[in-house]
Amino acid sequence: MTMRGKVAIENRLRTRGERVAFIPFVSAGDPNEEYSYQLILELAKFSDVIEIGVPYSDPLADGPVIQAGSLRALQAGMSFPKALSLIARVRVVTDIPIVLFTYVNPVIQYGPEHLMKSCIQVGVDGLIIPDLPYEESEEMRTLTNQYSLALIPLISLTSYDRIEKIAANATGFAYCVSSLGVTGERSTFVNNLEDFVRTVRQASPVPVAVGFGVSQPQHIKALSAFADAVIVGSALVRRCGDIDDALKQEDHEKAEKALADLIEFARTLALS
Amino acid sequence: MYPDEYGRFGEFGGKYVPETLMSALATLEADYDRLRNDPEFQKQLHFYLRDYSGRPTPLYFARHLTEYIGGAKIYLKREDLNHTGAHKINNTLGQGLLAKMTGKKRIVAETGAGQHGVASATVAALLGLQCTVFMGEEDMERQALNVFRMRLLGTEVIPARSGTKTLKDATNEAIRHWVEHVTDTYYVIGSVVGPHPYPMMVRDFQRVIGDETKQQILEQAGRLPDSIIACVGGGSNAMGIFYPFVKDASVQLIGIEAAGEGIETHHHAASIAKGSKGVLHGSMTLLLQDEYGQVQPAHSISAGLDYPGIGPEHAHLFTSKRASYEPISDREALDAFVTLTRVEGIIPALESAHAIAYAAKYAKTLPSDAIVVVNLSGRGDKDVHTVEQLLEGTL
Repeated sequence: MTMRGKVAIENRLRTRGERVAFIPFVSAGDPNEEYSYQLILELAKFSDVIEIGVPYSDPLADGPVIQAGSLRALQAGMSFPKALSLIARVRVVTDIPIVLFTYVNPVIQYGPEHLMKSCIQVGVDGLIIPDLPYEESEEMRTLTNQYSLALIPLISLTSYDRIEKIAANATGFAYCVSSLGVTGERSTFVNNLEDFVRTVRQASPVPVAVGFGVSQPQHIKALSAFADAVIVGSALVRRCGDIDDALKQEDHEKAEKALADLIEFARTLALS
Repeated sequence: MYPDEYGRFGEFGGKYVPETLMSALATLEADYDRLRNDPEFQKQLHFYLRDYSGRPTPLYFARHLTEYIGGAKIYLKREDLNHTGAHKINNTLGQGLLAKMTGKKRIVAETGAGQHGVASATVAALLGLQCTVFMGEEDMERQALNVFRMRLLGTEVIPARSGTKTLKDATNEAIRHWVEHVTDTYYVIGSVVGPHPYPMMVRDFQRVIGDETKQQILEQAGRLPDSIIACVGGGSNAMGIFYPFVKDASVQLIGIEAAGEGIETHHHAASIAKGSKGVLHGSMTLLLQDEYGQVQPAHSISAGLDYPGIGPEHAHLFTSKRASYEPISDREALDAFVTLTRVEGIIPALESAHAIAYAAKYAKTLPSDAIVVVNLSGRGDKDVHTVEQLLEGTL
C-alpha cells in the first residue's frame, strides 16, 4: 500500500533529484467538474504534488485570476463536499500527493476534525490555509499531526523574526511567498528572494517551495538553484478561463484545444 | 478586560489574515500601545476633535419626537453635527494621526456608503497623506456624490468589481492592496471589524461618543439613561456609545440591525439574528453564510449597514447577553427618516434612521420618566437622492 499523508509529500519532494519539483495549483471544479477531473489527472502525469483549491466567496489572499477561477467553479456548482468527492475520484487513478488549499471559514463550518477524517478517506495528504497564521493554528497543528497530515505554512518576505517558529513547525513543505501581494503572475522577483528562501531552509525540517508570481520557464530555472519546489497557480488558472470561454460559446473543439494547450504549457514548466 | 492578549473578545476576534500582514499587525499593536499613552498624540487628537470636527457634539433632548411618540424621553447624541457629517471622523482622525506619527505617507481605506471614505479623504487632505479608497462598484452608483467629494479631496477612488460589488468586497480589495503595499501604507479600517488590534483601536477612538454622552446625560437628567440605542453595520458608532456604559448594568444596550426586506427573506443584513460563527475579514465573529461557509450577500436600503458581518466585540456582547440586537426593516427606517425630519427638523442618515425607528417603537412601551438615548450617527444629506426616488409622488 502506498504511503499517504505528510510523509508522502515530504518523500516525493526529497527524491526529486537535480530537478526542481513542480507543484501546479488548480481550483476544484474550474471551469466545471469534468474538465477539472481530466486536467488534474493529466497534470498528475508529470507533476510532483498537486495543490487543489476549494473555491471560496472571499479569497483574501488571491489576485483577480484565481478569484475568477473560484467564481467559475462556484457558478458550476462546486462546493466543499463536492471538491472532496472529486479528489476521491482522482485518487482512484493516481498516487500523486494532493494538497488541499482552503480558506479557514469553510474549514470551521465543515468541522476541523471531520475534515481530517474526510482527508484520510478521500486521499488528501496535506492542507494549506492561507488565512490561518501561526498564532491561530494550534488546533489545526495538533489535529494534522494526530492524523499524520501536512499543515503547510506560508512564510512571507515580511515574516522576519517569525520565520524560525513558523518554519520549525512546518510539515509537508514550507511555502515561501515570493512577493508582497496576492497570487498572480509577475515578470520579475525581488532581489533578496534567494537569501529569504535560504533563511527559511535553515529553519525548516521539510523541503522548501516557492510560489506567488511563478509563471515562466526562466523563473523556474532561476528558482531551481535554491528551492526544492515551485508552485504555479495563476498562469494555469488563467488558461482554465480560456476553456470556460470556449464552453460558453459551445465550441467544444476549442475547449478541448484550450485544455490541451494548458497541459502542454504546464508540461513545459515542469520540464524547465 | 477585552480584548485579551490574542485580540479575543471571549470566543470572537483574533487575527485570521495572510502571513504577509502579521508583522505589520504586530508593529501596529506596539505603535498604538505606545501612542495611546503619549501626551503629544492625545493633545493633537483632542485638538482636532474639538477645533476641527466640532466636538463635543450636543446631546439633544428631542422634546417634539418624545411628545409625538408618547412614552420615554428620547435624547439624540448628535454625531451628525461632526465635520463630514458622521461619527466616522472620530476614528479617521485617530488613525490618521497614528499613520502620520509612525512615518507612513500613504493610507488606504474601504468604504460602503462613502462616509468613512470621505472621512479618510478629509484626514488625508488635512495631514498631507496620499489616500486610496476602495468602494464597491454598486455603492459608487448609489453614492455618486460621495465619490465626487473624495476625488475633490484629492483621493483616488478605485471601484471594487469582485463578488457582490459592495462594502464586503471593497474591504477584501483594501486588504489585498494593503498586503501588496504593506511596507509603506497604513490601512485605515472604518469600523470595529478586521484583525486585532483594529476592533479595539476603532472602539477606543469612537468611545468619545459614549464618554461625552455619560457626562451630558448626568448634567441634563441627573442620572444614567435606561437604554442606549444605536444602529449596527460593522458596529463602530454603537461600540463607541456602548463601551463606556458596559459596566453600568442598569443601562440597557440595544444594537439595531438592518432587516432589509425582512429577516424571513434572503434580503437583509441581520448578522446577529440570522448569522452564525465564522471568520470574515480577519476576525472570528457572527456572519451571514451558507452551510459550507460561503459568505452570503447582505441587503439594506442603507449602504452603511449593507455588511454580512459584525464587529467581534458586538458578537461577544450578544453571546454574553450584555447587549441585545433588534432588526428594523427598510420600510420602518424610511418612515423614521421622514418622521424625524418632519417632527424635529433633523434629516438623519438612513443608517441612523434604523435606530430612530426602534427607539420610537420601544419608547412607546416605557413610562414617561424613562430615558432613552439614540446615537444619531450621521446626517442624511447623502441619502436625500435615494429617498427621493423611493418616496416619489408620496409627499
